[in-house]
Amino acid sequence: MKSLAELQKIKANMKQRIVLREGSGDIRVVVGMATCGIAAGARPVLNELVKDVSEEGLSEKVTVSQTGCIGICQYEPVVEVFEAGKEKVTYVKMTAEKAKEIVEKHLKGGQVVEEYTIGAYQS
Amino acid sequence: MKELSLNILDITENSVKAGAALTQILIDEDASTLLLTIADNGSGMTKEVLQGVTDPFYTTRTTRSVGMGLPLLKLAAEQTDGWMKVESIHISDDPENHGTKVEALFHKDHIDFTPLGDVVSTLLTLIQGHPDTDFLFRHSIRGGEKEVEVHMDTRELREALDDVPLNEYEVIKWIEEYLNEQYNGPEDAEE
Repeated sequence: MKSLAELQKIKANMKQRIVLREGSGDIRVVVGMATCGIAAGARPVLNELVKDVSEEGLSEKVTVSQTGCIGICQYEPVVEVFEAGKEKVTYVKMTAEKAKEIVEKHLKGGQVVEEYTIGAYQS
Repeated sequence: MKELSLNILDITENSVKAGAALTQILIDEDASTLLLTIADNGSGMTKEVLQGVTDPFYTTRTTRSVGMGLPLLKLAAEQTDGWMKVESIHISDDPENHGTKVEALFHKDHIDFTPLGDVVSTLLTLIQGHPDTDFLFRHSIRGGEKEVEVHMDTRELREALDDVPLNEYEVIKWIEEYLNEQYNGPEDAEE
């Protein structure tokens, strides 16, 4: 059975790494988690992003966070990517599969996945 | 909403936004009913706000004029011949003992009952987004073939973790296994 003692082991392992990570986080990924986002399927998108960012070893430069209604409910689930010195990228109608691709190509590879951006849907 | 667990996520986000230090999410099931309670110690609502809160055209947002969280939960409960109740004490009325309690009763055998769905995923999402807020979760299923008693209190986890944030991915993964194990029993009995 899982015991809280195991958490203490995780704690000991994490402490060193967290010190290294201070002051980083060049890329901020934000998921809309208001009623509109949740109803449209934001929960699996968020959980996929959190999982893939960690598994791809990107935790040091990418932070994933949640926000309220972004104001474009018809395009939910919406994911915004903020990177210092670059224009914000807004991904719309997201799914867990698309999220995986965005971690791979954009967050890891530096290439915006144009076909999932709001620009591609509006044109 | 496709699953009640999504309503739970949505309503609990309101508790966090109301500044709750602790939000309790309690699910009590017997053979035919499901009682959901979400109780927080946030700022609470004034009587005027409380009156309008189940009206689908009411919202605290100023950007647009429709807030749907509680009306959607009310609809989900009432369509099973159940009910939803909201009680709230605003911080200005009682600075010591304030907060909001939402209760909803569902009849599980009704054809319009929305399944509970992935409540573990809802809890992980809440902890990921709000690592500094505490959640107490309890789910008991009785009177059926399988009796289940699931418990999670982030205050206990926080104590074990010291100052390691609850939303570290390794911690989130551990919490997922911790909850799944309580629902399904340990995966490997020899571990």
